[in-house]
Amino acid sequence: MTSQGSPALPTVRIAAGQGFWGDWLEAPYRQVTGGPIDYLMMDYLAEVTMSILQKQKSRDPTLGYATDFVQLMERILPTLVERRIKVTANAGGVNPPACAQAVAAAARRLGLGGKLRIGVVTGDDLLGRLDGLLARGHELNNLDTGRPLRDVRDRVRSANAYLGAWPVVEALRQGANIVITGRVTDTGLTLAPMIHAFGWKRDDWDLLAAGTVAGHTIECGAQCSGGNCLVDWERIPDLADVGYPIVEARADGTFDITKHPGTGGRITVAGVTEQLVYEMGNPAEYITPDCIADFTTIRLAPAGEDRVRVSGIGGKPATDKLKVSIAYFYGYKAVGTLVYAWPDAYKKAQAADGVLRQRLKALGLEFEAILTEFVGAGATHGVLGLETADLDALPEVQLRIGVRSSDAAAVERFTREIAPLILNGPPSVTGFAGGRPKPEEIVAYWPALVDKRMVEPCVEIVEV
Amino acid sequence: MRKAAVRRSGGRAVGKGRAKRVRLLELAHARSGDKGDTANVGLIALKPEYYPLLVKQVTAARVARHFKGMITGPVERYELPNLMALNFLLHGALDGGGTISLKTDAQGKVLSTALLRMEIEVAQ
Repeated sequence: MTSQGSPALPTVRIAAGQGFWGDWLEAPYRQVTGGPIDYLMMDYLAEVTMSILQKQKSRDPTLGYATDFVQLMERILPTLVERRIKVTANAGGVNPPACAQAVAAAARRLGLGGKLRIGVVTGDDLLGRLDGLLARGHELNNLDTGRPLRDVRDRVRSANAYLGAWPVVEALRQGANIVITGRVTDTGLTLAPMIHAFGWKRDDWDLLAAGTVAGHTIECGAQCSGGNCLVDWERIPDLADVGYPIVEARADGTFDITKHPGTGGRITVAGVTEQLVYEMGNPAEYITPDCIADFTTIRLAPAGEDRVRVSGIGGKPATDKLKVSIAYFYGYKAVGTLVYAWPDAYKKAQAADGVLRQRLKALGLEFEAILTEFVGAGATHGVLGLETADLDALPEVQLRIGVRSSDAAAVERFTREIAPLILNGPPSVTGFAGGRPKPEEIVAYWPALVDKRMVEPCVEIVEV
Repeated sequence: MRKAAVRRSGGRAVGKGRAKRVRLLELAHARSGDKGDTANVGLIALKPEYYPLLVKQVTAARVARHFKGMITGPVERYELPNLMALNFLLHGALDGGGTISLKTDAQGKVLSTALLRMEIEVAQ
């Protein structure tokens, strides 16, 4: 633990390294080399990522995790060991043991044998237990629509309960330097080091809520340190070298959000507030496996350059349920685009849409949905703002048309109807160099709840 | 039609006191995201004195009218006075949301600035 927080309390510094799988590869390296930190926290799992990983695992039982993570660890492991930085990451996907073995092998290649303990958190994967759960009356109804899981049971591709911070804490308690998990909440990866460092208890609801808010603040990486920040965006310095956020947590549940000195971006109350409200539901009840955090209690205050102090957070007892993220096969979709140029770019794009729809109808193709958007003329804001726009003057408009269907053949036929418009539709058309659009499988997300007692997290240690 | 009516009243005295119509962009900032087929828009006052204006005028009903034709479900509003913020849930905003949606903005990332197009009345 370092002790460089402004108040004279011991602090633990938790640095965000990845806001999602595919985030900036340089960020974790910069976090471990740019200044003192105690933990590197990395979130890899979006809602449908698990189904992709499950597919990879079904083809090769040694896969099913975020392979990027292993390459990253190979790059930073020597620094982690030298600086005694620990890692919490849900990079294990649907195969945390295989991910741990791959990291262990990388560590041995680097001559770090005997210097690392890898904690492996499993127990979240419910795919093999679904029928048992259904048979015992756990209906796993869709939280949004109320539909019973039986409606799509035969199309389920993955099913994972969201575990919270406590199994990660257990791995840290057993001496793990690197904790690799399956579906652990983003917030739990940040909360766990605080619980471990400060000895917080299972019913310290305010403290657990504070750590949860800290986790929410940094879970999207640079989105709280100047990235995607609307306030004063043109004057946010040096986004090319943006510093990812660091939580400096104290045992009393207060914490600072900051970043390494000399990095780009900006940390302000306004910017942190934008991140706090991101993906927010009812702010008084931010429900996690660990607690219910009340975002209406959060106090933010500037505390120096690129530093925001967070305090006052209240929490309530956790519920007796865990959220389950289920992915199931839904159907097929495809999106085609063409670009129409001035004069009358918008009118031409509209005319082309009419021609295309008439042809699809004549072919007798059935779609669950056909969606047309005119990029450059209301694709993102709809009719809002179109009244004031000079639509006749637009230099170009992109026609973007998508279809969705359970019938793969219908979607495939649609993809062949775009290119002909170049020669047999309205004029001044270009932008088709990408070729025919490709039909995609839709794997959709089915949120549900399960009784906590039905899920048993498991922690194992791999010695390197 | 509605927007045209709004523009016609621009800069005019409204009610008893003199008031003008101001875009939310001048008074607030925002960030939006998704949960399934629901988008959330967090609207944050740029100055403390603006927050009561937002609370009073940017109601759930007003936001629902603003997004008429763009969302299929109701609008809910939550207040966060501690952050000078309002949180709006726009149900049925994302054509099914996530991987199902055919929209460019399948995750509602720029509905934030779409809300900032709204105009409210501010005393001169």
